[in-house]
Amino acid sequence: MTTIYILWLRQLKRYIRSKPRIIASLGQPLLYLFGFGFGFGPVFQKAGQGNYIQFLAPGMIGMTILFTSIFSGIELLFDRQFGFLKEMLVAPQPRLLLMIGRTLGGATTAIFQGTIVIVICVIAGFRPASLSALPMAFAFMVLVAILFTALGTTIACVLTDMQGFQMIMGFLIMPIFFLSGALFPLKGLPTAMQILTRIDPLTYGVDGLRGAMNGTSNFGMGFDLLVLGGIALVFMAIGARQFSRIEA
Amino acid sequence: MIKVEHLTKTFGEIKAVRDVSFQVGTGEIFAFLGPNGAGKTTTIKMLTTLLRPTSGTIEIDGLDPAHQQNEVRKRFGIVFQDPSLDDELTAFENLDLHGALYHVPRKVRTERGESLLKLFELWDRRNDPVKQFSGGMRRRLEIARGLLHTPKVIFLDEPTLGLDPQTRNQLWAQVKKLNEEERVTVFLTTHYMDEADRVAHRVAIIDHGTIVAQGTPAELKQQTNSETLEQAFLALTGSSIRDEGADSNRDLRNMAAMWRGRK
Repeated sequence: MTTIYILWLRQLKRYIRSKPRIIASLGQPLLYLFGFGFGFGPVFQKAGQGNYIQFLAPGMIGMTILFTSIFSGIELLFDRQFGFLKEMLVAPQPRLLLMIGRTLGGATTAIFQGTIVIVICVIAGFRPASLSALPMAFAFMVLVAILFTALGTTIACVLTDMQGFQMIMGFLIMPIFFLSGALFPLKGLPTAMQILTRIDPLTYGVDGLRGAMNGTSNFGMGFDLLVLGGIALVFMAIGARQFSRIEA
Repeated sequence: MIKVEHLTKTFGEIKAVRDVSFQVGTGEIFAFLGPNGAGKTTTIKMLTTLLRPTSGTIEIDGLDPAHQQNEVRKRFGIVFQDPSLDDELTAFENLDLHGALYHVPRKVRTERGESLLKLFELWDRRNDPVKQFSGGMRRRLEIARGLLHTPKVIFLDEPTLGLDPQTRNQLWAQVKKLNEEERVTVFLTTHYMDEADRVAHRVAIIDHGTIVAQGTPAELKQQTNSETLEQAFLALTGSSIRDEGADSNRDLRNMAAMWRGRK
């Protein structure tokens, strides 16, 4: 337990101390929220879909958590580069606990970041359907954060340096974001698109968040929870396996 | 304390360490010397559970690093050739994190952390983030960290690389003091032969993966008819320069072989 706690605490301290990173990672959701939100708002309204900011906000929260958690997972690469990874690997600790501690720490920072974005969304005019929905929204944030931190960790175990990061960004993370329905409704899409969006784990996160905050879920929140929980477990298992294989 | 017999490690085609045998007694300061690429770091990695030997046996305090990993890990401390501190954390936090990972009770790690930071003259800077530290301070902090869990052996892989003479002297004085006070066995590598001469009780010289000489510094000098350990070292290993890393493709192949060769 101490092991998980101390590594969780380390991730948190690193997060709180890197204020430029906190601010930088808010730039993107702000841009989308105000640029897209207000830009496409009138069209969205005319198409009979209602208030775009209201629709977009859960997507932005999902996006923020996606980026922050993948990045905290990939931070393992920095640990390798700056040598701290070796310190962890020679410690008399099961690798599984090290991996869980790191992942929970990374996930916690992503949840913080998501919470800040909720506040920004509210300032932009977003109104959650009811306050009682918030605990449910929080559950989705937690699952999405754990899922993608574990994915980031897995990626970092496979890559050996930052060179491959651009590729991961372009071919994995951006598609996960765009295909999740964070920006557009998933109804009436061409079949190919529909299949792709169904494979994307973030789809269920965004759908669940919309269900909790706006009361409009496509798949039903129970189903979303189940899918996310399942994938989070699988990713944790793969991440732990990869992490136990790395060498200093 | 350390007993190595017929130790061999191959990465694909390359034999990094071949048939190496030596012993280090409890409380001894043992210097493991050799030119670049001779197999020093590979040997240390095997001794410290980071690599599995291809063949041969290792005993650390009677335990086998390949099979009793966690038990062995509790018994040694290590200062790697490259830095391994968390730059964003303070000196004290780095120690505390280490202590927690090594199951040192909170009270003990605070007390021992304090005495080690004082010994290595870092106590005044304990709450500063490590990224503000100089190379020498980082090195001292790493050694303090390696000793926090009161290990029986400490491995120091080129701990004085890139430090000025003042810092180096001070660092070895502190290591010697701890060796005398706590009877901690010290296994070190260095390229500064004068350091090994002054600090080490016994020396082994490794070249091309095999041990070419072992003994006290005086014995090695006598054996080669040299006045200094450096001359003895050159007499034993020749004076040709090892072009390690000159070919980046070979480097990559070695890396790939290392990744593959973990089993």
